[in-house]
Amino acid sequence: MSAPGLGFGIYIHWPFCRLKCPYCDFNSHVRERIDHARWRSALLRELEHYARDTQGRTVTSIFFGGGTPSLMEPETVAALIARARDLWRIAGDIEITLEANPTSAEIEKFRAFREGSVNRVSLGVQSLIARDLKFLGRQHDAAQALAAVQMAATTFDRFSFDLIYARPGQTLEQWQDELDRALEFAAGHISLYQLTIEPGTQFEQAVARGDFRVLDEEHAAELYEATVARLGASGLADYEISNFARPGEESRHNLTYWRYGDYVGVGPGAHGRLTINGEKFATRQHRAPEAWLDLVERDGHATRQRDLVPRPERLNEMLMMGLRLKEGVPMTRIEEESAKPFAEALDPARLQRLIEGGFLTLSGDRLAATAEGRQRLDAVLAALVA
Amino acid sequence: MTDLAHIRNFSIIAHIDHGKSTLADRLIQACGGLTDREMKEQVLDSMDIERERGITIKAQTVRLAYKAKNGETYQLNLMDTPGHVDFAYEVSRCLAACEGSLLVVDASQGVEAQTLANVYQAIDNNHEIVPVLNKIDLPAAEPDRVKQQIEDVIGIDASHAVEISAKTGLNIGEVLEAVVERLPAPRGDDTAPLKAMLIDSWYDPYLGVIILVRVVDGKLKAKQEIKMMSTGATYEVERVGVFTPKQEIVPDLGPGEVGFITAGMKAVADCKIGDTITEERRPTATPLPGFKPSVPVVFCGLFPVDAADFESLRDSLGKLHLNDASFHYEMETSAALGFGFRCGFLGLLHLEIVQERLEREFNLDLITTAPSVVYKIHLNDGTMLEMHNPADMPDVVKIDRIEEPWIKATILVPDEFLGAILKLCEERRGIQTDLTYAGNRAMVVYKLPLNEVVFDFYDRLKSVSRGYASFDYHLEDYQEGDLVKLNILVNGDPVDALSCIVHRSQAETRGRALCVKLKDLIPRQLFKIAVQAAIGSKVIARETISALRKDVTAKCYGGDITRKRKLLEKQKEGKKRMRQYGNVEIPQSAFIAALKMHDN
Repeated sequence: MSAPGLGFGIYIHWPFCRLKCPYCDFNSHVRERIDHARWRSALLRELEHYARDTQGRTVTSIFFGGGTPSLMEPETVAALIARARDLWRIAGDIEITLEANPTSAEIEKFRAFREGSVNRVSLGVQSLIARDLKFLGRQHDAAQALAAVQMAATTFDRFSFDLIYARPGQTLEQWQDELDRALEFAAGHISLYQLTIEPGTQFEQAVARGDFRVLDEEHAAELYEATVARLGASGLADYEISNFARPGEESRHNLTYWRYGDYVGVGPGAHGRLTINGEKFATRQHRAPEAWLDLVERDGHATRQRDLVPRPERLNEMLMMGLRLKEGVPMTRIEEESAKPFAEALDPARLQRLIEGGFLTLSGDRLAATAEGRQRLDAVLAALVA
Repeated sequence: MTDLAHIRNFSIIAHIDHGKSTLADRLIQACGGLTDREMKEQVLDSMDIERERGITIKAQTVRLAYKAKNGETYQLNLMDTPGHVDFAYEVSRCLAACEGSLLVVDASQGVEAQTLANVYQAIDNNHEIVPVLNKIDLPAAEPDRVKQQIEDVIGIDASHAVEISAKTGLNIGEVLEAVVERLPAPRGDDTAPLKAMLIDSWYDPYLGVIILVRVVDGKLKAKQEIKMMSTGATYEVERVGVFTPKQEIVPDLGPGEVGFITAGMKAVADCKIGDTITEERRPTATPLPGFKPSVPVVFCGLFPVDAADFESLRDSLGKLHLNDASFHYEMETSAALGFGFRCGFLGLLHLEIVQERLEREFNLDLITTAPSVVYKIHLNDGTMLEMHNPADMPDVVKIDRIEEPWIKATILVPDEFLGAILKLCEERRGIQTDLTYAGNRAMVVYKLPLNEVVFDFYDRLKSVSRGYASFDYHLEDYQEGDLVKLNILVNGDPVDALSCIVHRSQAETRGRALCVKLKDLIPRQLFKIAVQAAIGSKVIARETISALRKDVTAKCYGGDITRKRKLLEKQKEGKKRMRQYGNVEIPQSAFIAALKMHDN
């Protein structure tokens, strides 16, 4: 059983999109026709399967991710939430988030999602500049995006939206302008991601062909630093590398990931982490939508992997996630996951070097990455545990 | 045994690509040594590398039966010599085993530096030389100009040069006639005690060591007890034979004849090139002149890129050594590169060939450290030590003086590039001793320190002359030099694999170049990295690799954990190839890349 405070989340993956975005490496697919009724009952069955593994837990968040879950029929979303309520205890302040694209067709469904108990949306705005939206392969324009943000603000308790920055050729001034405009519409939460070229994406091929180049490290760092400063000045703290929120407005579901709490992953390609009798299991469902559907209909679930995560790797996973948070990782959690006293869990010489370098701090009962450290976290992690 | 008057022993002297091997093939064909079906291109170069690079490493011989126009049948022994300066001694022994040479010159290209050195060696061996102009069928052929050049540069009569095309077979008969008519027959006494020269040897997996010999006096036959005069070792001859080029057993080899023997020897290391072979019971009074044991002049470290390949490198070196006793190897440990071997070679090409064979035939991925020459270090206490590894440099306060080897280099180059060549030689501390012209080609002779030549000289020479300069050298002597050990430091710790001995005047340039290279090769890290070049404790060049400014994955959620963790595990695996320098870890690949750039 996980300690209280980590939360226990349910992630539900909807694997379909209208179009595949050129930067996206998520498990998303474009299909002409989707049998919604069939998908609904399959998702419900897999949810039931995982409920048997995690009886007695209190669900603190549900997250509909994708793909484009705003393309789901609202009945499906409502049915999954209702079934979760039947299967688990539900926290009184449960956060139920749905990712949405800001197109008009999807905006029209907001009220129906609200009625199905969704209380938070996360909108994939990505940019407010027409040319950049086109570059990113998005199907909406800036006006639509802002209309969606305003609709979300009036429809749901909470909302967030995403922007992708550090685009090819983007200057600091351009980004600051765009960010200022976006912040006029932001409320408690915003996600700001630097563009990353992922393997297997259209952008990867484009970069290989020389169509464009990603920003160099110095330039990307400048944009990152300016972003953190600007958000801080607006009262939205950088509680995670790419996520900013007013106090109490953080994404609870994502906090569960970063605090290395447990979560169930349902739907094609969904991952989960479950602690059962003190052992940690990493689960993964079949990635291919049709294969997933057939397996669930046959077996009640499409679990492809259910691997025991050994202790040293549990520690690595927790540090990898937890050091992304400004709050860092409690030393007790390090001892819990590694099953070792703190002094033995981490190499003291490496730790010392990183603390002296100003990348980590060990204060009170927590190990945390400094702003300098978070900005270079991949190298810090490698220096700490690789 | 053939009577002396009907024997001709000759070798072919040619620059790479001037057609030596093709001509040899034609001669074999013309004498019916092989049927057309058996002919494969360049029969004599049996190793892949030899065939690919057009370089002969081992000497080979072919006995041909030629029926001349005068009706008589002659035994022709064609000796194919190694064609490179690294094997100058081997070439000289080969030449000493014949009475004449064919000088093959490309009729469009003219004489090159290597040809020149070998021709002079042939002249030193009192050879009769028959000039042969090859590729006469090419539109660019200029036989008259090239004949003139042969007379001007080499100083031999080229008026009776045979004009041929080895490719088409044109005038091949004329070449054979010239061999019979113009080259002298060998001399010798078949009743005298055995006196034979060991020309070369190689390891055959079925027969053991095969020795190539030229009999001067006496006879070689099976069951004979023979003695190697340099070592005193004795053996019983098992087989006596000749190559036609197929192996053929013969009853004996008499004076003037060339062939092979096997005598139950296990390693070519027991066979010294140039050694005199005699009878055990009735030894000859005087060995043949000119014998000297081969000595490596260029050294480098060879390390496996993958440390797990160390044992297989050891085995492979052992196997190569079976067939090539002229390179030396001993184990070496480097902090930067791990376990490997310090190896000595006859020259840079020899080094390259051994490295290439290790990589190709034994499938090893190797790192080569910067080549070093042999320095003579005179210590204050009057002792002298020979040093071929910068790591062995004694404390400077103990050193009285250091001597380094100097070479005499001959460079032939079209005059438009002469300026660039002179500049290069001057930069490399060269001292010009001669400069002459033949037509529009200049021949320049320089004295140069060998350590300047092993450091990318040949590549620079080719690049400043757009490939037109040819180059040859031989070792001259040792001279005192103002030499220092240049250390490369990363965060204050020396990188042993990159230290080298340089002349003080070159230290700063060389040090700066290495620092700049490493700056490009070492990835940014959490901490800034100082890369310094130093002589002793004095820093002479410095570069700083600034610290990483941003390095973080933008998105990391529940679905990314497994993948990210595996990446971290992969990095952990990669760290086995990292070396700790102060508070940073440098990937070994950076040093390897720095060394590879050294090669270029």
